[in-house]
Amino acid sequence: MYRVIKREQLVPNIHLLVVESPVIHKNAQPGEFVVVRADEHGERIPLNLVDWNETSVSMVFMEVGTSTRKLASLKQGDQLATLAGPLGTPTERFQNKNILCIGGCYGIGALYPIIRMFKSNENRVSTVIEARSSFLLYWQEKLRQYSDELHEITRDGTAGSAGHVNEFIVDYVKKHSVDVVYVQGCTYLTYLISETTRPFAIKTIVGLNPIMVDATGMCGVCRVIVGGETKFGCVDGPEFDGHQVDWDNLLSRRKVYLDEERFSLSFYECERYG
Amino acid sequence: MAKKIIPKKTPMREQPAKERIRNYDEVPYGYSEQEAIQEAARCLQCRKPTCVQGCPVEIDIPRFIDFIAKGDFPSAIKRLKEKNVLPAVCGRVCPQEDQCEKLCVLAKKFEPVAIGRLERFAADWEAQRGETSIPTKPRPTGKKVAIIGAGPGGLTVAGDLVSAGHAVTIFEALHRPGGVLVYGIPEFRLPKAIVYGEVDYLVKCGVQLVLDFVVGKTATIDQLLEEYNAVYIGTGAGLPWFMNIPGEQLNGVYSANEYLTRANLMKAYLFPEYDTPIVRGKRVAVIGGGNVAMDCARTALRLGADEVHIVYRRSHKEMPARDEEIHHAEQEGVIFDILTLPVKYIGDERSWVTHMECLKMKLGEPDSSGRRRPVPIEGSNFIAPVDTVVCAIGQSPNPLIPQTTPDLKVGKWGNIEVDPKTGKTSKKGCWAGGDVVRGGATVILAMGDGRIAARSIHEYLTTGKW
Repeated sequence: MYRVIKREQLVPNIHLLVVESPVIHKNAQPGEFVVVRADEHGERIPLNLVDWNETSVSMVFMEVGTSTRKLASLKQGDQLATLAGPLGTPTERFQNKNILCIGGCYGIGALYPIIRMFKSNENRVSTVIEARSSFLLYWQEKLRQYSDELHEITRDGTAGSAGHVNEFIVDYVKKHSVDVVYVQGCTYLTYLISETTRPFAIKTIVGLNPIMVDATGMCGVCRVIVGGETKFGCVDGPEFDGHQVDWDNLLSRRKVYLDEERFSLSFYECERYG
Repeated sequence: MAKKIIPKKTPMREQPAKERIRNYDEVPYGYSEQEAIQEAARCLQCRKPTCVQGCPVEIDIPRFIDFIAKGDFPSAIKRLKEKNVLPAVCGRVCPQEDQCEKLCVLAKKFEPVAIGRLERFAADWEAQRGETSIPTKPRPTGKKVAIIGAGPGGLTVAGDLVSAGHAVTIFEALHRPGGVLVYGIPEFRLPKAIVYGEVDYLVKCGVQLVLDFVVGKTATIDQLLEEYNAVYIGTGAGLPWFMNIPGEQLNGVYSANEYLTRANLMKAYLFPEYDTPIVRGKRVAVIGGGNVAMDCARTALRLGADEVHIVYRRSHKEMPARDEEIHHAEQEGVIFDILTLPVKYIGDERSWVTHMECLKMKLGEPDSSGRRRPVPIEGSNFIAPVDTVVCAIGQSPNPLIPQTTPDLKVGKWGNIEVDPKTGKTSKKGCWAGGDVVRGGATVILAMGDGRIAARSIHEYLTTGKW
């Protein structure tokens, strides 16, 4: 069992989870993830590592289904049933490049260790975070520390530029030299940005979130088609070249258990609240 | 006067097929004390027992059977455990018909002694009494061994080395110990409580168990070697194979590993009490003819399928599954589509599999495995409706450890290369065995490899000679 040091709602539905772990930090690298199970009946789900030190690891997640709702109800001192990692292949490293980093939703948190690494490798880091409205944006100050510039985009214009992130990107890459685009967020965001940068032929790295079970390469549920080849998200990824990903396939595979997920959540809520 | 031989094994009672396909309970009930004594009495107590030669872990078969025949069950289980730390498991899943029972002298004329059933009986008898005798702890040697993977091979090495006085730690990537015994083999064939009972015994003997620790990632082999004197790699064959045919990406197409892991390790058959879901298909096709395929097919029935097909490209005779598994699957109503090869899966607009296209095959000349090679019959394509497909055509070793251990020599299929006499790898201080060396094999062969490696590790730790 793994003791919860902190669980905090950063903005509505997005939480920071800090869990005791004396071992994961040793080999942890930006872009890797952990697998967690909230309790003995829980699913194994992958969460991006957002920070780590000698005693703990931190993750940011969005509350969507039963598993994340269970995680969201954890308090300091509670126990997680499973915490294993670090897993996956670390983010590709660059030097002296202009990198545009885009994060949405839980991906804003997931950007944190990546831009820290990019910055320490002497890249120019432009960070873009997006949400529907200003009250859903978080960690601006943390991200600014490692960004040469930070842009906020809200659909309703309550913070930063108003509009959609893809419109901003088109505008940005026309005016600036960008060597690499890096995206963390929901499948739709990673897809959207990949399609936006495709005509400009800018290398675009996306952090994907296919369904996983063991997350060590054993079950193959996380398979993604990249450049016509089958890759396993958990060991070959979770980051891939966004211009090579078969998005239709990934989007449909994300939905395999949609009905079960809804049912599970209502079952959990009934059990919990009657 | 010569003993009158009963020609057939004492039958083992089992759940009727119609009932058991609606539950997850174990199929055979096991022997009663009386049945066990009766069966044990069939053993001729050969002076030069041939059965023992067929046992990869060298169990003293005649002695433990003799104890059962005399009703001395505590001595029977004690004798078994001297050589086998997992008797309740082996009594259930070993292919005895190809090992000890095949070499039983009775088998020349009659049915062999039911060695496997007697092994299971002795182990279950002890477990039911709830008192397990723990051997006295040996004097510590001060040497530390890391075992990677809490599957049958790793558990065997752990048992052998802890009883020699070494400090043993098992690192397991998943949240439960047991490896394939827990994620792969279904509850109705091997109840998980039995596996946990056997692991618990090892822990009581002094073995340290660390779960959720992915060697290759959480720590590399080299990092372990800074702290441990020897490392045993028993990480199994966890990388699922697909056929690389069109449509394998469709929803509803599973690897056997995923299907079984969801059902067994994650207990998806108890969804929604357990959170992990699984597709409860009505027309399920399982591709392959091995034990894993039989496990998938029988799991699909229990998940409520109306029709489950085993789709196998060769004929019945070439099926690698144990006869008992095929027999149980047939009894339960699994349909066998032999000499059939899927070539394509077809999906609907939501990307869910709805049909599969197959080719009929015929048998040609024998191939390198000695089995007759299946040859497609031109123009025999046909389309069958399916809503779930499970691909159970085999697996190869997980690459996580070789990828992070550059000086570990691996073969073409990613299998770790070892000296078969010792289990030594190309890397000093590292041994390996079981499926990570063999590809997909059996529980007992992994245990046999573990026994060989444990001997070699012990020698290394005591003499310091590599």
